[in-house]
Amino acid sequence: MSKKSYRQAINEAIASEMRRDPTVILMGEDVAGGAGAPGDQDAWGGVLGVTKGLVTEFGRGRVLDTPLSESAYIGAAAGAAATGLRPIAELMFIDFMGVCFDQIFNQAAKFRYMFGGHAVTPLVIRAMYGAGFRAASQHSQCLYPIFTHIPGLKVVIPSSAYEVKGLLIQAIRDNDPVIFLENKVMYDQVEEVPDETYTIPFGEANLTREGDDVTIVAFGRMVQIANEAADRLAKQGIHCNVLDPRTTSPLDADTILQCVEETGRLVIVDEASPRCNMATDVSALVAQEAFGALKAPIRMVCPPHTPVPFAPNLEDLFVPNADRVEQAVKSVMGYKIRENA
Amino acid sequence: MGEINAITMPKFGLAMTEGKVASWAKPIGAVVKAGDDIADIETTKITNAFESPFNGIMRRHVATVQDELPVGALIAVMASADVSEDEIDRFIDSFQAEFVNADTGEDKASEVEPSTVDVSGRKIRYLDMGQGAGPPVVFIHGFGGDLNSWLFTQPALADHHRTIALDLPGHGGSTKDVGAADISALAKIVSDTLAALAIPSAHFVGHSLGAAIALSIALDDPSRAASLSLISPAGLGKEINATFIDGFVASDRRKALEPVLQMLFADPSLVKRDMIDDLIKAKRIDGASEALTKIADVNFKDGTQTTVLAGRLPELSIPVQIIWGEEDRVIPVAHSQELPVAATVRVLADSGHMPHMERAAEVNALLISFLQ
Repeated sequence: MSKKSYRQAINEAIASEMRRDPTVILMGEDVAGGAGAPGDQDAWGGVLGVTKGLVTEFGRGRVLDTPLSESAYIGAAAGAAATGLRPIAELMFIDFMGVCFDQIFNQAAKFRYMFGGHAVTPLVIRAMYGAGFRAASQHSQCLYPIFTHIPGLKVVIPSSAYEVKGLLIQAIRDNDPVIFLENKVMYDQVEEVPDETYTIPFGEANLTREGDDVTIVAFGRMVQIANEAADRLAKQGIHCNVLDPRTTSPLDADTILQCVEETGRLVIVDEASPRCNMATDVSALVAQEAFGALKAPIRMVCPPHTPVPFAPNLEDLFVPNADRVEQAVKSVMGYKIRENA
Repeated sequence: MGEINAITMPKFGLAMTEGKVASWAKPIGAVVKAGDDIADIETTKITNAFESPFNGIMRRHVATVQDELPVGALIAVMASADVSEDEIDRFIDSFQAEFVNADTGEDKASEVEPSTVDVSGRKIRYLDMGQGAGPPVVFIHGFGGDLNSWLFTQPALADHHRTIALDLPGHGGSTKDVGAADISALAKIVSDTLAALAIPSAHFVGHSLGAAIALSIALDDPSRAASLSLISPAGLGKEINATFIDGFVASDRRKALEPVLQMLFADPSLVKRDMIDDLIKAKRIDGASEALTKIADVNFKDGTQTTVLAGRLPELSIPVQIIWGEEDRVIPVAHSQELPVAATVRVLADSGHMPHMERAAEVNALLISFLQ
């Protein structure tokens, strides 16, 4: 056990699975060499250095730099998965997924179903998501609701360095296509991460704070924001459950509903655009299955329905923060049910 | 004359960074002797009684009950009766001023971290703490635990002894290969670990499965053990709670594990979120679940202990102390009765299977005086 960054935890997960299983391969733009870097093979290791060192250990045969064509190599990865390999394809920014929707939605996601359960597609597509990195509108989105919408895909959004290692190993060992989303703002965050390999099962929400007053469901980096708000609120006498679903597909609906039954109040923190996102999905679930438990309307803390701004001051306003979560919790705590007219 | 003592937030175990006063055991004005409980300290892992390090009169409760405070923060002030209120105010002011400065610094470099040693191909993790003359004190945790089980015990003994707490194979940060997994095979690995650390002889403190291992080491090679302290030991009778063992092996989620862990304590409310999380994390390491299953199958199948060593106790010529919680729901305290030798048996009230966590102060006092 030692302190590791989120970036290092991802690198360790990939390296340990490549050592354990010779069918695991890594492919993507710049994952090996980094085009344009002078001379040495392992100059770059991906756009933010996450895969640095892997080509040195595993060689060019298993760490493949691909051409700048997402449609081509995501399709190749889906085919490789269907024919016996376990590819990890790094797609750099989730924003680029648009050009390979057919490969993901119509091919990889459908193989198991359309081949009558006889085909498995053990494919992991890793991509960075999220705002706050000064990367402008085309490199900052949170498109996980789109993938959550597609049956046949599993969608994972790890919230810390410990979580990212266990969830990525689970993703690589999983026999279905997994969309694995890394918030780039978190790459340098550090926490205790075991040196050993370990797995965290999909579809199991993690309770990161315990309290009786309000349930906060948060995704990815928003879990940290929610924890920060919950810690502040605890000092003011308001105690929150904070739930990190870890995966949006499968979604641990049971635990969400149990927590809402206990607290009667729900705040959802989702960094994705506010229409048809995870906050609306969880809201619908609770409204349908636990309406009777609610003591106040559900509150969603989300960005506004705009592209992610490039101006730093606007981008900082755009991403939900602990202040907004704190306000939302206080507003549901202060809600009074109207007397019958 | 005029002595003022700061009572600060204690650090229970390596991971604790903050805690809160759950309740005060000594009101303002109470006469306090060193060793008296002054407050219950709650962390996200467990709640534990905090003993006064000093004699004196409780003059101020500085911490508000249920307020989260960092380790080292001022929680109370004790002083003799002749100290004026003004002097205490000044003491608090200067403490707080200095503490803020200290707190902004980086992590203290003096923090002890666990190490690992290679023992014939197995990696064994251990925590080496303190120094002293004579054989070191070696702690062996129970089934499913790890070296952090001794978070209240090891630091107390490290004041006067070199102490080593280790992770058994299959547990904590040690290799998950448990070999044959029976008591004598595990004892051999522990002996080899100590040999690798150049420790020819030790005072063993073992809990549950770890106590049976310590006993086995002492029986097989009496030169290795200077004394035995057996806490809620396995190996002295047949029965063991199958619901606990099987539940612990099978539970891989918080909701399932919580009631199982509560069986360990007389007061189930002692089990906090971080204790459950730490155990879930340990069980999710590759091979951990298989290791626990194998140890349980080999040693504790169907609620019956495979190895009973009670009959061999007369072979020992070293001091033996047995400590047991009166309300142990995992291994019956009755195993401590009618032993064939005159071991010192201490049965502690208000304690389940984990007296070293639940009655830490009493267990520490018993161990310290036994080792003198």
